[in-house]
Amino acid sequence: MKQSNFTTWFKTGSPWVWMNAGAVAIAVIMTLGLLFLIAVRGLSHFWPADLMEAEYTIPGQPTITLIGEVTTREQVPTERLKGAGLPVDPEKSEFMERELLKVGNRDLYGADFRWIVADWLTDERYPEDIIAIERREWGNFYGYLLSVNQDGKVVEGEQARQTLEAAVERAESIYAEIRALETGDIGKINSELERLRLRERGYELDNALTADREAQIEAERAVQNAQYAELEAKLVNLYTAFNRDSLMARAMDGQEKRISLSTVVRVFRPNAMGITDKVGHYFAKLWEFVSDEPREANTEGGVFPAIFGTVMMVLLMSIIVTPFGVLAAVYLREYAKQGVVTRIIRIAVNNLAGVPSIVYGVFGLGFFIYFLGGNIDQLFFPESLPAPTLGTGGLLWASLTLALLTVPVVIVATEEGLTRIPRSLREGSLALGATKAETLWKVILPMSSPAMMTGLILAVARAAGEVAPLMLVGVVKLAPTLPLNGNYPYLHLDQKFMHLGFHIYDVGFQSPNVEAARPLVYATALLLVGVIASLNFAAVAIRNHLREKYKALEN
Amino acid sequence: MSNSTKNHAMDMSALGRPHEEMSMDQETIALEVPGLSLFYDTKQALHNVSIKIPRNRVTAFIGPSGCGKSTLLRCFNRMNDLVDSCRVDGEILLDGQDIYAKGVNVSELRRRVGMVFQKPNPFPKSIYENVAYGLRIQGVNNKRTLDEAVEWSLKGAALWDEVKDRLNESALGMSGGQQQRLVIARTIAVEPEVLLLDEPASALDPISTLKIEELINELKSKFTIVIVTHNMQQAARVSDYTAFMYMGELIEFGDTNTLFTNPSKKQTEDYITGRYG
Repeated sequence: MKQSNFTTWFKTGSPWVWMNAGAVAIAVIMTLGLLFLIAVRGLSHFWPADLMEAEYTIPGQPTITLIGEVTTREQVPTERLKGAGLPVDPEKSEFMERELLKVGNRDLYGADFRWIVADWLTDERYPEDIIAIERREWGNFYGYLLSVNQDGKVVEGEQARQTLEAAVERAESIYAEIRALETGDIGKINSELERLRLRERGYELDNALTADREAQIEAERAVQNAQYAELEAKLVNLYTAFNRDSLMARAMDGQEKRISLSTVVRVFRPNAMGITDKVGHYFAKLWEFVSDEPREANTEGGVFPAIFGTVMMVLLMSIIVTPFGVLAAVYLREYAKQGVVTRIIRIAVNNLAGVPSIVYGVFGLGFFIYFLGGNIDQLFFPESLPAPTLGTGGLLWASLTLALLTVPVVIVATEEGLTRIPRSLREGSLALGATKAETLWKVILPMSSPAMMTGLILAVARAAGEVAPLMLVGVVKLAPTLPLNGNYPYLHLDQKFMHLGFHIYDVGFQSPNVEAARPLVYATALLLVGVIASLNFAAVAIRNHLREKYKALEN
Repeated sequence: MSNSTKNHAMDMSALGRPHEEMSMDQETIALEVPGLSLFYDTKQALHNVSIKIPRNRVTAFIGPSGCGKSTLLRCFNRMNDLVDSCRVDGEILLDGQDIYAKGVNVSELRRRVGMVFQKPNPFPKSIYENVAYGLRIQGVNNKRTLDEAVEWSLKGAALWDEVKDRLNESALGMSGGQQQRLVIARTIAVEPEVLLLDEPASALDPISTLKIEELINELKSKFTIVIVTHNMQQAARVSDYTAFMYMGELIEFGDTNTLFTNPSKKQTEDYITGRYG
């Protein structure tokens, strides 16, 4: 009877439904779990945590005072602590709690982080006076403010804090001015000078460097140099003003440290901040992360150049891959005689989609960069040799490599779209006296544009997440300028660029300061997912619009 | 379908059409097929068919499914060229010129011999652009010319009053009958000489069918119309001449009244009296 109950139950299809629903549920849970994990780990990094001050006594050693931010707590086997040379007794308890304290002040202690055993901490307190200083080098400084030296005048005590606030703001605005001058005007002069040098070298190579030309180039160079001298003087003044103020602070072990305000990004007192201040600080940090340039070997600051590079590369890749893939698909589906050859080509295209991406990277390096780029350099940019122009990795080659990687997807999707156009529509157009080409242009291609967009969406999803080939064809850890800027020719296809995926790898595994970088790995990962998702959503929105417009006939 | 007497296969007066005898001798010929065979690979679909289609008349092709009537129709504007395995043997003369001769411009031929298909197939464009499509293909881009042509065609297809206020809306929002009349408007917009209708009403409801039939009656003053239909009453209602085809052969061709009331071939009579097919 039981057996037959089971059989009946099985026949109702319930187990099948449960199994399917379960598979969907697991997929959803895994995706959400992944997003949740990287969001929590990544986003909490920007929160200004309270700074703890406490007495720490390792048995048998003198007591020291510690100031820092508790980043993690974990249980470790006592054996292991003993192995690390700590005077603990494994007999007493099997596990002990230890905390990872971010103590900052890397210039004083060599490392930002310190593991401490929780049991030996006493007198934990959170004094409001503790300041955290974010610096452009050596990481954060935690300690007490002693005095501020403003324009040679030393201010102490309660007033020091207000003076400091104003002074930091001033330094910040000077910094912005210096940055604008250096990357903007001076960058422009540099690129002009470089172009003059190349022009001169070009004439030399052609044996066409007449006295006239030389004089003209010299004159132009003199103009640029004069401008440069002017800007340089301005810059020197700015730097003097920038370095004027400094502050004196005391670290946790009583050392006093002079910090020039030119290295300070911001000063805050986390323990004295209310929830509103903290939220404000949090979003300021978050904004800095997405809009600023990286500092300190990518472990501080923002990732804007990486976001920019990723988006730029994906857009360029789309611009290259769409026409290429669509043309190939149209030929294969509409013009080529269907037979063995087209079948073989289709199989080859499909297999191309399965080739590991690093292989494309190797191909890009060997073919695009060394062969194509090298020859282009010989032919068109001989004046800058031996420095390569296109004969080295860059935005163009990276986009081309990824275009090659994703072209099968576009071909397959477009072909799929072309086959779905009802025959009656083609006939309708042909019967009105349109040629095949006109029918293609006016009816078939517009109608299959949603399918092309589907192909592009898949291509973007794949290309934006790809890292391995990029390492070979033009992505770098730190690019000095964006590939799109105000210097002629504005879009620098030959320039190396930063990429979020590579940034994750670099920060996570190549960073000298692993503990500091870890949260950034999560934050950057979250950002990468966000960038890919928004690129995708944009493409999906376009596709839905096209679908609505070219809704095929129901029959 | 009532057959009151054995000789009268169909009661034509019941269809309300005028009893005029027509004779092929008085007609000018638009399309002439001296003898045409057609093969799909090795299978022969048309067997040495000979027919003359009179100008400004409605000629109907009837016959059971698979008899080759649509295939013959699609020969008139070389639509069969799209089928790879299709091979045509013989010639078709349009105004005395062989359309299968070498060097014939097929697009030009198709402009002169328009075609409307079984299922309405408007393009996913606006009503206006659907009608203007053929003209735009010919390079007409003058707004006034297009406006006039669109209005003329939609009026010709008895659609103007229904759609004049929504010319820029998508054609896909129209009813099936409207879509089919739009397709007819689209076809007559390029002013063809011959209009081929391949079961134009078979996917439509009776009211829409009626409208299409009325339209055919009006259009025949300007165009030579060839219609393929499954519906014998429809053939009887709209056509001046009827051809009965069976198994790829033209069995009988003559003026509609005679063919339906007094068929000369046994097969024709069997078919129109509903004994098979």
